[in-house]
Amino acid sequence: MSVLTFNDVLETTRMITHQNLDVRTITMGISLRDCGHPDIKVCADRIYDKITKKAEKLVQTGEDIESDLGVPIINKRISVTPISMVGESCDTADYVPLAKALDKAAHEVGVNFIGGFSALVDKGYTKGDRNLIASIPEALATTDIVCSSVNVGSTKAGINMDAVAQMGRIVKETAEKTAANDAIGCAKLVVFCNAVNDNPFMAGAFHGVTEPESVVSVGVSGPGVVKHALEAVRGQDIGAVAEVIKRTAFKITRVGQLVAQEAAKRLNTQFGIIDLSLAPTPAVGDSVAHILEEIGLESCGGPGTTATLAMLNDAVKKGGLMASSYVGGLSGAFIPVSEDAGMIAAVERGSLCLEKLEAMTCVCSVGLDMIAIPGDTSAETIAAIIADESAIGMINNKTTAVRVIPVPGKGVGERVEFGGLLGHAPIMEVSKFKADTFIARGGRIPAPVRSLTN
Amino acid sequence: MRIVVTVVGQDKVGIIAKVTNILANSQVNILNINQNIMDGFFNMVLIADMTDSKMSIKTLKEHLDRLSEEIGLEIRVQSEDIFTAMHQI
Repeated sequence: MSVLTFNDVLETTRMITHQNLDVRTITMGISLRDCGHPDIKVCADRIYDKITKKAEKLVQTGEDIESDLGVPIINKRISVTPISMVGESCDTADYVPLAKALDKAAHEVGVNFIGGFSALVDKGYTKGDRNLIASIPEALATTDIVCSSVNVGSTKAGINMDAVAQMGRIVKETAEKTAANDAIGCAKLVVFCNAVNDNPFMAGAFHGVTEPESVVSVGVSGPGVVKHALEAVRGQDIGAVAEVIKRTAFKITRVGQLVAQEAAKRLNTQFGIIDLSLAPTPAVGDSVAHILEEIGLESCGGPGTTATLAMLNDAVKKGGLMASSYVGGLSGAFIPVSEDAGMIAAVERGSLCLEKLEAMTCVCSVGLDMIAIPGDTSAETIAAIIADESAIGMINNKTTAVRVIPVPGKGVGERVEFGGLLGHAPIMEVSKFKADTFIARGGRIPAPVRSLTN
Repeated sequence: MRIVVTVVGQDKVGIIAKVTNILANSQVNILNINQNIMDGFFNMVLIADMTDSKMSIKTLKEHLDRLSEEIGLEIRVQSEDIFTAMHQI
């Protein structure tokens, strides 16, 4: 006889039916290191063939597990070896055909995003890195579901300021090339510092060079479940709040662990990691901002936001770590503006600004994420924002990222609609003060000292 | 494989009879039933073994979905694994 209690069962079903508990993504990482060829057409064919073979059953398996366990698995995705490395041996400089091969393969197997049109340039560029970065705007404008990321800095290597400056221009160019769709290309482009090899979440997922041939990783979610659990401890001290978050994160992660093990078994591949992230969606009741407000803030972004977010982020990790044998990826609370109903509301009521978001990124994963900014923001200013965010990551030994969308023709007070999980966003104000001379310097910010850490 | 069937909704005559009838016809063996009325709402948790059943969870779910529409209650069927993962260390 089972030792499950009546209340245990009802608690789990309520989490799924009323509190938006879901598994956010099953992501299959696939190595493309054996796909290189001097002829880019052959390289593209090899990429297409390998992905469609390896991930043939990914979507069906995800749906089968969803049906058996009765928990929604929202996304099935693929990450691949950074294409800068795969394309490096091609004779041509334009890597757009490789992005198209990724797009076609991803459509063929039925996933909703494929990540890895990426380059890692924290210390400098190779030929492949240069070609890939130059191809990003056109690649994102001519494909549907390919995601791109560039790592411009790390704690070990410092920050490549030439790449920072270039990414400012690439973000602008991507926005212009996809202007007809409110610069949607920029929603698929992330600039990282300390990018991780095993992140299952988009748009920043890629299959790192230290990863095996193929691997299955799972990103959990559940802001709604945490918010609901906290309603039971209103008025109690903050220790009680942390405890509830830990317990809830444990339960959510156990579901992720089960799904990951089952997926790896059914797909006959290796189980990678569980990413313990609280990933919000624009749906009502699935917001990280609302958790912070439940803890006691009038509106997310006001004083107290950084402290509550730090506690939330830490408690999620503590609860999740015990629930899974292998934790990795980004693992923390996400604060994407357009994808979180509470964040959007906070911006609209004036409590949340870009500078406060920057402070928040010091204590949580990942960075300035899904933020729409005025279309007339200069490439240099975007580069300076990337530099600031990278500095936070570099000094604090954590992953940080920038995914900003300079929407052509739009200004502060207007809004932009991306649809689906990407949500909608009010255009946020950016400081008018310039950093052009700093960005024009180029070079590399040296790696930081690792002691004397005040 | 063990499954958990949960039924939630407005109480009425014959809910358990209708659900268990489907399980019996599918060769699903009931191990435990727990049912009560909370705030006027019917709640049932049923644990069963479907080792001898030729049916998949997916097909059983389709049968129960039809019943759910007919009697207007929420019926879910899930592998027991998700509950034990979440509630037992």
